[in-house]
Amino acid sequence: MSQLCTLSDDVMLARLQRAAFGYFVETMNPINGLIPDTSRDNSPVSIAVVGFALSVYPAGVERGWMDRAEAAQRCLLALRFFHGSDQSGSPTATGYKGFYYHFLDIHLGRRVWQSELSMIDSAILIAGMLTAAAWFDADNAEETELRALADALYRRVDWHWSQDGADTIRQGWKPECGYLHYGWEGYSEAILLYALALGSPTHPVSPDCYAGWVATYQWENLYNQDFLYAGPLFVHHFSQAWIDLRGIRDPFMREKQSDYFENSRRAVEVQIQYTQLNPHEFKGYDRNCWGLSACDGPTDEQQDVQNEPRRLFGYAARGVPYGPDDGTLSPPAVLSSLPFAPELALAALRNMLMRHPDILTDDRLATSFNASVICHDGRPWISPGHYGLDQGIIFMMIENHRSESIWRLLRGCGPLASGLRKGGFAGGWLDAQVAGASR
Amino acid sequence: MTNFDASVRAPLDAFERKRLAAVSPESWDNPEPTAPYQLVIVGAGSAGLAAARAAATLGARVALIERHMIGGTCFNTGCVPSKALLRTAGVYAEMRDAARYGAQPPADIQVDFAAAMTRLRRIRSHLTNTTSVRLLVASGIDVFFGNTQFQGADRLSVNGQMLQFEKALIAAGARPDVPDIPGLKQAGFLTNATVFDLAELPPRLLVIGGGPLGCELAQAFERLGSKVTIVQNLPLFLPHEERDAAQTLSEAFARDGIEVRLNTCATAVRTEGAEKVVDLVTDDYHNTIRVDAILTGVGRRPNVQGLALEAAGVEFDETAGIRVDDYLRTSNPRIYSAGDVCLEAKFTDMAEESARIVVRNALLGGRERLSERIVPWCTYTDPEIAHVGLYVREANARGIPIKTFTIPMHEVDRAITDSEQGGFVKLHVREGSDHILGATIVSRDAGDMISQVTLAMVAGVGMRTLAKVIHAYPTKTEAIRQAAMAYNRTRLTPRIVARLQRWLAR
Repeated sequence: MSQLCTLSDDVMLARLQRAAFGYFVETMNPINGLIPDTSRDNSPVSIAVVGFALSVYPAGVERGWMDRAEAAQRCLLALRFFHGSDQSGSPTATGYKGFYYHFLDIHLGRRVWQSELSMIDSAILIAGMLTAAAWFDADNAEETELRALADALYRRVDWHWSQDGADTIRQGWKPECGYLHYGWEGYSEAILLYALALGSPTHPVSPDCYAGWVATYQWENLYNQDFLYAGPLFVHHFSQAWIDLRGIRDPFMREKQSDYFENSRRAVEVQIQYTQLNPHEFKGYDRNCWGLSACDGPTDEQQDVQNEPRRLFGYAARGVPYGPDDGTLSPPAVLSSLPFAPELALAALRNMLMRHPDILTDDRLATSFNASVICHDGRPWISPGHYGLDQGIIFMMIENHRSESIWRLLRGCGPLASGLRKGGFAGGWLDAQVAGASR
Repeated sequence: MTNFDASVRAPLDAFERKRLAAVSPESWDNPEPTAPYQLVIVGAGSAGLAAARAAATLGARVALIERHMIGGTCFNTGCVPSKALLRTAGVYAEMRDAARYGAQPPADIQVDFAAAMTRLRRIRSHLTNTTSVRLLVASGIDVFFGNTQFQGADRLSVNGQMLQFEKALIAAGARPDVPDIPGLKQAGFLTNATVFDLAELPPRLLVIGGGPLGCELAQAFERLGSKVTIVQNLPLFLPHEERDAAQTLSEAFARDGIEVRLNTCATAVRTEGAEKVVDLVTDDYHNTIRVDAILTGVGRRPNVQGLALEAAGVEFDETAGIRVDDYLRTSNPRIYSAGDVCLEAKFTDMAEESARIVVRNALLGGRERLSERIVPWCTYTDPEIAHVGLYVREANARGIPIKTFTIPMHEVDRAITDSEQGGFVKLHVREGSDHILGATIVSRDAGDMISQVTLAMVAGVGMRTLAKVIHAYPTKTEAIRQAAMAYNRTRLTPRIVARLQRWLAR
């Protein structure tokens, strides 16, 4: 049993959050501020992980885990790198049109793996820049430069271009073949992307773009829960790491008399119901063992895994109820449900830690495990190392659960609030802001 | 390297001789028309046959003209042979998968492709007992074989012989739509018109196009032992279906062992020896595969050429087909159209129903609209994917508030006892009412199950009534009632529950 399980909720969460913060402290390239996608050898940079890093430094300072000056310096390293990066869109550049390739070389910051120019990952990076700019408000040279760079990098993004004339934002672009085939359709983690794209003071997407995306939503009654369907759990989390979606509603949620925060709570209920039913009879699934989400997983090809004949998916966005489901669960996705369903998330996390203490290394959670796949050592498969995306979302969701400080900070981010309003969001803190401004 | 030869055709056996004699008799003398026909029908496929039978039943003077074989695509090269083959393929799949059902798989499963094709031909031949030229003639229909050309607004010729009509129905059907891929024609390919004539199983088969027939045949050939690769130039199969349905199908394909290439284009084909070498492009990834046969043309193009439609004042489009209004009337008020030649939804049930509407509108002065019909359709993969009514995206586009009641098949006892938990029933309801707007079912028996929802929609039965319909236990169709009962539970608002609690505690 993990020693963490013996601690109170508050102490346990503080330890998990501190360990998550440590990922960014330990893995950053001190030359350019870039952060690797995973802790594994030769991992490239994920631009989204850099976005999480920029978002966690301020709260880390508030928690007393880092000096303000060091945090500002870390942010500046990354911002200066992106500001000076190759934006030619060539196959070995860093970005194009203000967006960035999904994966970069950690030393040179150039595109690797022939990755796509990623709209959603760029949005997460930009959200990180705006978070840092909102918090570092001192009138000194470093923090002034930090704010100026973040502003310039946001203004540089040509969100309108990313529509390619379509109703919705495209998912990506490659220099070898142009836009990828499909846009963001169906509910996903893209509220953040659309809010930033609509709120851009320089190159916003067309005003009807958000409605184009919402037109592909599915409002479902599943396991007696009315909810906006999305299969993988992370979809219900990512935008709400930054945006406080409690009580503010777009036209869709107004019609359904719900909001995205409540929707994420219901998504947890759906996950629990699914793992209780456990249609594929995977080992360990029950009401305190859930978390189908985007994560690493065992593959059929893996040499040291003695698995029965079945399909295993490697890194994939697992979801309920339509799958894919290969028995792999993501503890970070459970922990990130904390703001929406704290009792359920904590009960499940404690249960997972008791059953599988090896999912924790130095208080840091592995991205996933699969109790139905037994390795040569007789133990269930556990994803080796750690993923930056997991550590980022864990840190932010624990922080929002504990203090709401990131939500509060971003409520004051003008372009983000403006983008939400252009998407038709109203109510709650958005209306209070307008009322406050008009007084 | 294999010795497969796609040009070797199945033998013209007794079954085939019987079928061809019934649907395309070699020596046939067209009748001599004595007076203008009340209805002339061009094309004796599903739509033409349905119209001819309906009109003859009413006592009308009917001429039915066919260029090739009566029965059309559905009977000869579509639904009938493909379903026969799917059944055999399904049996082999179950044999291999026997352990899933607690049964012992046969020690050595050898696919007998020739036996599968013989069964296909026998069944197709057997069905000529209900579909044949002689039966049509016996019911009072004048049957003509030959090429049709309109000669004016109220006349046409068949192989030069003039026929006058009061009303006409064009039901000329559609043909395989072969993609324009460099080298494809030279290398040779199969379509639905030729694939059922194969004498031997292609060891490696490339299916280009992920529409209904492409998906069905890809799965059937994989299960019969071909190594099948399917390429689809879109993110999902069955682009008109709901994402979750198409996603379920992708996973079923992967379980079967089909190599699935989504977002992929075939860009060039060439031959090297007996092999066909095909270049594929996925975004920026280029690669080449080697196969023994290519199946394509699984999309359909309307047969609008060669009919001299201009002479009759009938407007048409090469891609969309003959232009019709909601009453299925063409730009010539005497002439109607039905089936694949004019409809976007190219399904046999749709073709037959549109033909029946034409008969009532053309002969009886009816004012029936196609848009008022509720027509289900089904893709007969395993699991089957069936749909009726509106899709969510259509309702959203029309501003209709829609809510979906979903029952995964893993909540249905019979699906669990049958080890068939994959799939779901989704009933789409107008939000705030119990009015059913549509449904999608993914299940091994979805094609049969969807009829219950269709019946409810046609009869105007809502979710409340559907929740009262007792189903035999255990059946998979119970999922439909479970969805209706889930709807009923949503009517129990907290206020109503509080009232009930007070009343119960009185």
